[in-house]
Amino acid sequence: MNFLETFRVSFEAILSNKVRSGLTMLGVIIGVMAVILLVSIGEGARVYITKELTGLGTNLLIIQPGKTSTSGGFHPPSAGTVRKLTYDDAQALKRRAWLLTDAVPLVFGTGRIKFGNLGRDTMIIGTTPEFQRVRNLYVDTGSFISQGDVDSKAKIVVLGTKVKEELFGDQNALGKVVMLSDARYRVVGVMRKKGTSLGMDIDDVVYVPVTSGQELFDTDSLFEIIASTPRAEDTDRAIAQIKDILMKRHAHKEDFTLQTQGAMLDTMNTILGVLTAVLGGIAGISLLVGGIGIMNIMLVSVRERTREIGIRKALGARNKDIMAQFMIEAMTLSGAGGIIGILIGVGLALIIPVFIDVLPTSVSAWSILMAFTFSAAVGVFFGVYPARKAALQDPIQALRYE
Amino acid sequence: MIELADITKTYRMGEVDITVLSDVSLKVRQGELIAIMGPSGSGKSTLMNIIGCLDRPTSGVYRFEQREISTLSDDELASVRNVKIGFVFQTFNLLPRFSALKNVEVPLIYSGVPARVRRERAIPLLEQVGLSERMHHKPTELSGGQQQRVAIARALVNHPPLLLADEPTGNLDSRSGEEILKILTGLNNQGVTIIIVTHDPGVAARCKRNIHLKDGQIVGDQVTA
Repeated sequence: MNFLETFRVSFEAILSNKVRSGLTMLGVIIGVMAVILLVSIGEGARVYITKELTGLGTNLLIIQPGKTSTSGGFHPPSAGTVRKLTYDDAQALKRRAWLLTDAVPLVFGTGRIKFGNLGRDTMIIGTTPEFQRVRNLYVDTGSFISQGDVDSKAKIVVLGTKVKEELFGDQNALGKVVMLSDARYRVVGVMRKKGTSLGMDIDDVVYVPVTSGQELFDTDSLFEIIASTPRAEDTDRAIAQIKDILMKRHAHKEDFTLQTQGAMLDTMNTILGVLTAVLGGIAGISLLVGGIGIMNIMLVSVRERTREIGIRKALGARNKDIMAQFMIEAMTLSGAGGIIGILIGVGLALIIPVFIDVLPTSVSAWSILMAFTFSAAVGVFFGVYPARKAALQDPIQALRYE
Repeated sequence: MIELADITKTYRMGEVDITVLSDVSLKVRQGELIAIMGPSGSGKSTLMNIIGCLDRPTSGVYRFEQREISTLSDDELASVRNVKIGFVFQTFNLLPRFSALKNVEVPLIYSGVPARVRRERAIPLLEQVGLSERMHHKPTELSGGQQQRVAIARALVNHPPLLLADEPTGNLDSRSGEEILKILTGLNNQGVTIIIVTHDPGVAARCKRNIHLKDGQIVGDQVTA
């Protein structure tokens, strides 16, 4: 008995019981669909976060005061640091680390900004002119902080669009004086609108010269220095250079932490990879349940067709012919369910971001391949037992079965 | 053609062994037309199953065309059933989802005959049993007599030397039963060896040899014609 013939027999059996076959397939369809959809959502989150992180400037190196032993991960600037990172450190890096295009000193914190009777709690970032280039954030009207402002601790402020709108509405903000934590600052510029990134509203920020910022927060330390290298290949050498320069200035102690953007991305990718795997695993369970559904229906089908099995055996069918017939039936159910599930899953993954823009998805070839292989395997695994049961029927008993 | 020597069949029912056939010896020559008779529980069906290679004897020797059958594997038995033996059952046992033509083709599927050849061999047989116009009908659309004729065509499609019929007229009215008997005797005249298990003395009277079974033993074996 050749394969094509067996396939035809199995296919006829499936078609003769359309509703039942459809419902059985539904279990696999939902399982495969869930795997593809959830993995796509996980992947989408990963792609989105990677894009957002690199959108804030590329090849960045972040230097924070204090030493932590790990590489990568997030380390909030901590108080009680052994030795501070100073504005002069940043200047030294800018002058002497020739592999770096920029070394931008940063202080930040929250504070209250007031104009007239309107006030708003917002994030205050103290920095230097190069910030614009490093972080890909540019001034829209007026001007950004200049080196002169930094040198002279000028009381000037550049507003994020959100802050500007909240305090000034449609009015012109340039040249106006605002109160920033009880000090008078003059508005010199408004930033270009950027929107939200990773849950943070980049427009709800004001910028002041780093030296003024230090005064505002009453500190002579920096919270971090953002350095950038022109090429990703230079990262390792740039790190060495930074360490060399800073350690000479810090009594040969490595009392600062260097994080690369790559390491942060890696950490994020690991976290989201685990998340995706967990989602896929949960969906995989539903695929497993679908497989059990196939086994259930195949067992019913074998019982129902006991007499047919007896007839076929009396007419010369060997055990393996019967086995093949029921195996192919199970595999056709799971395979067809798999394909339909893939189509629906991919379809939904492509449609969802159109309607729900906070849920980016990314359909990956490996998730499709995995879901299909898994569903085919489910067919084989859950088909074997019923098919074996069918093949080993005693022909006499089977013929007598009513 | 067939030789059974001291065939015994016992079934184990819980703690007790039940002997269904004991020391049955029988020889069947090519071209015979035999009726096996006997009351229920006499072992007719078991004897039939053993002759039909659906079952193995507990002890004894069964030779089919000089080949020892009792020791063959399941798959080898399947192949003997496929090529050497045609079955006709009391309840017809057609596959309900298939047309008459497809049903007749089934044994050829398991012989590995290609689809086109299967048709070429099945159609003349359906014509021979007078069903050329109904070959695309499903069993449920056929009368009992017509279904049994399909079953006979199916039994013959691989040109087996032996035809086994288990109460072939048992579920039919007398007119259809008569038609079936005519077909069977006609086939016997063409040289096919036929063994019929029956309750009906009328059917037995049409056979050339009658074998009586009682309590698992042959109690009578006479040649009538």
